[in-house]
Amino acid sequence: MPRKILRLLALAPLAILLSGCKLVVMSPSGDVALQQRDLIVASTLLMLVIILPVMALTVFFAWRYRQSNTKATYDPDWHHSTRLEVVIWAAPLAIVIVLGAMTWVSTHLLDPYRPLERIDASRSVPEGTQPLVVEVVALDWKWLFIYPEQGIATVNELAAPVDRPITFHITSSSVMNSLSIPALAGQIYAMPGMQTKLHAVINHAGVYDGLSANYSGAGFSDMRFKFHGVSETEFEQWVEQARASGNTLGRPEYTELERPTAREAVRRYATVAPDLFHAILNRCVDSTKMCADEMMRVDARGSMGHAGTYNVAVREGRDNGERGRGPAQTYVLAICTTSDPYGMRQTAAAQPTQQVN
Amino acid sequence: MTLDPEQTSFLFGRLTLGALPLHEPILVATFAAVALGGLAVMAALTYFKLWGYLWREWITSVDHKRIGIMYIILALIMLLRGFSDAIMMRLQQAIAFNGSDGYLPPHHYDQIFTAHGVIMIFFVAMPLVTGLMNLVVPLQIGARDVAFPFLNNFSFWMTTGGAVLVMMSLFVGEFAQTGWLAYAPLSGSQFSPGVGVDYYIWALQVAGVGTLLSGVNLLATIVKMRAPGMTLMKMPVFTWTALCTNALIVASFPVLTGVLALLTLDRYVGTNFFTNELGGNPMMYVNLIWIWGHPEVYILILPAFGVFSEVVATFCRKRLFGYTSMVYATVVITILSYIVWLHHFFTMGSGASVNAFFGITTMIISIPTGAKIFNWLFTMYRGRIRFEVPMLWTIGFMLTFVVGGMTGVMLAVPPADFQFHNTLFLIAHFHNVIIGGVVFGMFAGIVYWFPKAFGFKLDPFWGKMSFWFWLVGFWVAFMPLYILGLMGVTRRLSRFEDPSLQIWFVIAAFGAVLIAFGILFFIVQLVVSFMRREQLRDLTGDPWDGRTLEWSTSSPAPAYNFAFTPVVHDHDAWWDMKKRGHERPVQGFHPIHMPKATGAGAILSALCVAFGFAMIWHIWWLAAATFAMTILATIVHTFNYNRDFYIPAAEVAQTEGGRTRQLAGE
Repeated sequence: MPRKILRLLALAPLAILLSGCKLVVMSPSGDVALQQRDLIVASTLLMLVIILPVMALTVFFAWRYRQSNTKATYDPDWHHSTRLEVVIWAAPLAIVIVLGAMTWVSTHLLDPYRPLERIDASRSVPEGTQPLVVEVVALDWKWLFIYPEQGIATVNELAAPVDRPITFHITSSSVMNSLSIPALAGQIYAMPGMQTKLHAVINHAGVYDGLSANYSGAGFSDMRFKFHGVSETEFEQWVEQARASGNTLGRPEYTELERPTAREAVRRYATVAPDLFHAILNRCVDSTKMCADEMMRVDARGSMGHAGTYNVAVREGRDNGERGRGPAQTYVLAICTTSDPYGMRQTAAAQPTQQVN
Repeated sequence: MTLDPEQTSFLFGRLTLGALPLHEPILVATFAAVALGGLAVMAALTYFKLWGYLWREWITSVDHKRIGIMYIILALIMLLRGFSDAIMMRLQQAIAFNGSDGYLPPHHYDQIFTAHGVIMIFFVAMPLVTGLMNLVVPLQIGARDVAFPFLNNFSFWMTTGGAVLVMMSLFVGEFAQTGWLAYAPLSGSQFSPGVGVDYYIWALQVAGVGTLLSGVNLLATIVKMRAPGMTLMKMPVFTWTALCTNALIVASFPVLTGVLALLTLDRYVGTNFFTNELGGNPMMYVNLIWIWGHPEVYILILPAFGVFSEVVATFCRKRLFGYTSMVYATVVITILSYIVWLHHFFTMGSGASVNAFFGITTMIISIPTGAKIFNWLFTMYRGRIRFEVPMLWTIGFMLTFVVGGMTGVMLAVPPADFQFHNTLFLIAHFHNVIIGGVVFGMFAGIVYWFPKAFGFKLDPFWGKMSFWFWLVGFWVAFMPLYILGLMGVTRRLSRFEDPSLQIWFVIAAFGAVLIAFGILFFIVQLVVSFMRREQLRDLTGDPWDGRTLEWSTSSPAPAYNFAFTPVVHDHDAWWDMKKRGHERPVQGFHPIHMPKATGAGAILSALCVAFGFAMIWHIWWLAAATFAMTILATIVHTFNYNRDFYIPAAEVAQTEGGRTRQLAGE
């Protein structure tokens, strides 16, 4: 058998290995991830245009101009060639111009903040379609998904109907995480006190992996969830399942849920306090704390002056289990009025204003 | 171990017996091994009466060559530690499947990946780069030492002080569990109340002083102390890259110092720069740390590019192709490295135009880098290539680095980065450029300049063994990580659910074992070469038929480097001198003015380590005392007027006479 074939045979185990694994990034199920995949393939091919010749030339020159090959030309003083210099700067430049143009266009088209215009390559989003809104909170170390339209919430399980645009509003309760669903649209950071957004759509029914892609502490490895791409009717059933659970998620339940735990099973809530996401985002689930958006409004009007320094209290630091407790924290008290002695209504009325853009 | 901030005593701060990890068998065994090894070394030093020699000739030395060698020794020791961390992670990830938690709980595993990153960047790559620059730059520019010899010694000991603090965290307390950049708010006092992050902060602050001062020093050296005739555009390329690297150090390390100082205030004083509350903004931390962090990777890679430029010209016996474009490429990379930092967090939610801008600037950096690759390629063209070990590293680099460059540009496309960010694809990419670029470059440099430092070459057989194991090991260890990245696997996970991933982690672990042999054979190479030093002796001072000034003096170079300051007429000054039939002067020597050794650097650094330790453990009285003593010792040192001496002309004549006889083969 010729040696070439033998060599190819040696590669066979590698091919088997590769065929056995699911390269989710290379064969995603959501339109956004699919466009990201196309971009990855295109940029790789573009660069291979220059990388492959360079690698081939390196090997060829190394072999051709080896010391023992006295037949090869030896020109110890040749060190400049304007023509070659032009080529070696211009060739990468040309590729970067093409790639840069692709980058500019695709970064805008696939901007996570940009509402979707198409469901897939052949269908655009019909006029008047309301996207499914999901409010996502990264907790230590689990994921909370609130569905304001349906009024339900789940922990560590996400579902969405196939071909319906989804809008994620994302924040975190404690430290930075990253909401990542490779089959759907990649990832975006989840940050405390900040809201990020992600628009995406799933095109094929199936169960996909979701995870945190930014290290967030001891339970980080268990911050996984399943994302179910399902039909409209199955989605309704899924929502019903949550409604049937009878659980409610108000501020006290959230405060309990927020404590650091790992390997949490799926939980479902039939009702959710309507202002919960706003309170989480503005770090005032504890209604004695002033919400961050309120604080910013106060500050924008010149703050409370000296009075502000008295409007504070101290609470104990965060309990990190075996990693110890944080130092006591100072916080700003919510402002109470006669009709609203605990400042509850203010926080309920306030609209999310804080965004990262 | 729990740390209650309330439980602090006056005498020991929050340091208690509980801080000793007696319940962790891995650490106890490690400590026993380190302690026994340390005792053996100390006993040997005492037995052979080497303490005085060590103090006089090395610890207090201000000779740039010795300091360079000490930097490299520090880096190699820390490489062993950083690599142990690496292989522990590889093992954990290879076995933590099917419900198994592996052998490392998160508390331990998270410290390991943090320590691995910190050690490899700050205490392996940086000392290798700084050490090589220290050793080579003054010789290449025909100088007798660096501009500020005492500062050089002090810088080295501060870097070592940082390394000591990191090593201390292994046995007293714990290290940070935050990832190597200690992103806030996770690194803030609410989420990391223990001493881990404090070890991180003070180790980097102490070492950072050393890095910054050494940057100032080398910058001044290159700008002010070049031999007559060596204009900027006649400098060797390695010196050029050193100049750019040190400019980057001077401009970017203060940002690191600043951001760590703000984090320190958050942790110690209760400010809210990077906390979630009261207007703190963790995103600012991420921005600031990368404004330092991105130039940092160019600080590491530029000197490696410099090494390859010297090696390729020497071993192809040919002048470097496109010197001018090489210099401009280096300068362009230096400048551009400041406007790409945001590509480390496209996923943080900046607008599309901001992301696209930083993506495109990142791609633009690949143009000068590509030009450099072509320049090395065309230096090989019509050369006479000798495949000595440094040249092997260079060719290995060229074939490996271009792949890392390609995946780097892939990561620079923001929508693609939404998939790749923080996955093992990213891990594979930066190891691809740091191992394939920096590490290969530093090994090439060490083998290349070893004879200049010690007077004998390194054994080529073991050098080749080391090279092949490193090269193959690298590809076997990191190609699976690219594939895992495409499978959507993220970094820093300590256990896995999907059993189909396991085979790739097993392959990667096997690759790490190959690299372990690469490191082992490098050590074997050092030992074998020392045993065979008489056969490998370099009597000419120019073992590779070199081109730049360091090869014009003896191997090892005398304390004063050059008896007469060389005069430069062209690029590749020594090659030019050889071509023009340069006659080495053998008489008319003058006394040579030299800086005197001083223990102040080592003493100040020891005080700073004690200060850092006191701050970490909140032992306020000790912190105050060591701080005051540091200031006092600095003032006392300024009154030391006994800083220089002359090597008498007779001694120079004797040394040079020895070399004359050596060259004549007597």
